Amino acid sequence: MSKNIQIRLASQRINTSVPGNQRYPKIFTPGQVITAQNEFMRGHGTYEENGELKASVAGVREQVNNLISIRPLKSRYNGEIGDVVVGRITEVQQKRWKVDTNSRLDSALLLSSVNLPGGELRRRSVEDEHMMRQFLQEGDLISAEVQNVYSDGSLSLHTRSLRYGKLGQGVLVKVFPSLIKRSKTHFHNLPVGASIILGNNGLIWICTSINNSEESVGGFVQNLEEVVPRQERETICRIRNCILALTQSKMMLYDTSILYAYEESLKYSVAELLIPEAMLDIAILTQQRLTMLENA
Amino acid sequence: MSKNKELISKIGLRLDGRRANELRRIRCKLGVFTEPDGSAYIEQGLTKVLAAVYGPHEVRGGRSKAQHNSAIINCQFSMAVFSTTERKKRPRGDRKSTELSMHLQQALEAAIKSELYPFCQIDVYVEVLHADGGIYPACVNAATLALIDAGIPLKEYVCACTASLANNDIPMLDISHQEEVLGGPTLTVAALPMSGKIVLMEMSQRFHLDHLDKVLEKALQGCKDIKEILDNAVRLHVTDIGSSTGWANTKH
Repeated sequence: MSKNIQIRLASQRINTSVPGNQRYPKIFTPGQVITAQNEFMRGHGTYEENGELKASVAGVREQVNNLISIRPLKSRYNGEIGDVVVGRITEVQQKRWKVDTNSRLDSALLLSSVNLPGGELRRRSVEDEHMMRQFLQEGDLISAEVQNVYSDGSLSLHTRSLRYGKLGQGVLVKVFPSLIKRSKTHFHNLPVGASIILGNNGLIWICTSINNSEESVGGFVQNLEEVVPRQERETICRIRNCILALTQSKMMLYDTSILYAYEESLKYSVAELLIPEAMLDIAILTQQRLTMLENA
Repeated sequence: MSKNKELISKIGLRLDGRRANELRRIRCKLGVFTEPDGSAYIEQGLTKVLAAVYGPHEVRGGRSKAQHNSAIINCQFSMAVFSTTERKKRPRGDRKSTELSMHLQQALEAAIKSELYPFCQIDVYVEVLHADGGIYPACVNAATLALIDAGIPLKEYVCACTASLANNDIPMLDISHQEEVLGGPTLTVAALPMSGKIVLMEMSQRFHLDHLDKVLEKALQGCKDIKEILDNAVRLHVTDIGSSTGWANTKH
């Protein structure tokens, strides 16, 4: 066994931060007074005590007219309508599935808001209710879109598009939800031969390239027999490690940053990408390319 | 020999070289793990504690426990086998750790705005890696940091500190293990330092009422000092995350 094993002391850990922007907004911490005037409305992350508006989380201030809120830089996922999420089925109930979406309460996926095999206009019968576990069972991963946010903060999902549905073979990566950059599309077919779903809830799904013709079935087919060639699996692993490298340095994740990190990572082997120094190197190089792109 | 040892020498220094009103060195770090929602590590002198926070999440195991008006706060305290001089296996749920878990829960419930999270549960796990006196305060402080890291709304910081009386006269702050063993009664106070509210107070021995005021005042001052240190650490941490993400989604 001549494997290269890396063991290090906690004190030899490297500093992984890659500061880009040197302008700091004001930071508020719990209990700090935001303003003593009472003409403001209190938003999320604030509370009122003795006529003063105080912060309840550590973060930055956001103001819309008279509404002041403090946004923490890291928190559980707060869903918004239209978000793309990746989640795991935790429970099959009557007419609905419960989905763990890294949100503070489990989300609901109603039987009426999925596309059942057999087309749009199919009636949902009692048999369908009995068949629910055949479509999706506990532990299955799905991609879905947020349809509605209930008053208690829980989400209602739908998969009424061919893009959404059950996920087959691939790799799931969990990051902080705030690291996912909001963009027009969260489904990306990377030119390196893999596609990713960047869930707004911090769950990222990496799988082999999807060609659109094949996917038109939509929904609940899951082909676990098909063997993904080694080369594609390596690509998927490389992307996963690149995402971990960017996450370690707390950089935003979106198609460009992941693609740049992938390109910078090519000088390392996939396994070497787990060494902290290599991860930092990739993060720094990616950061530089992104700032160059910004300034260009 | 140790019986005649004085807790404070004639020139006003304690056994480890501190003065009566000085804290031990505090070093802390937020976001030490990636898997939990929030985590923190704190060192108070030689006492070292790790804390991890999971949640707020759906109540697992029996939905009947869920409360419609507030979140359930679930604390679990444990000590590593190697944390004291005597290496011994400490089963979960022995009397000491159950008591500490309950006290921790009491302190955190006072600070967390749990009414914002109905039907939810927040799990706080603390693990003592090295015990050198003042375990409970270190756990409270670590848990506070971990909660802030998780972005859970708090009324304010909740800090804890110990104080004792040396030579029957001088109150002293932040008691180490050596002083705990040698000395007299130890007062543990958990407080909300900004509003000055006391959320938990515990005494290890009987204590003359005359001394209580000054010792308590000392302990509260200690809580305030600790709050300043924690606050600085939180600000540094937020700045660090913010500048790496480029303050994304932030207008300023």
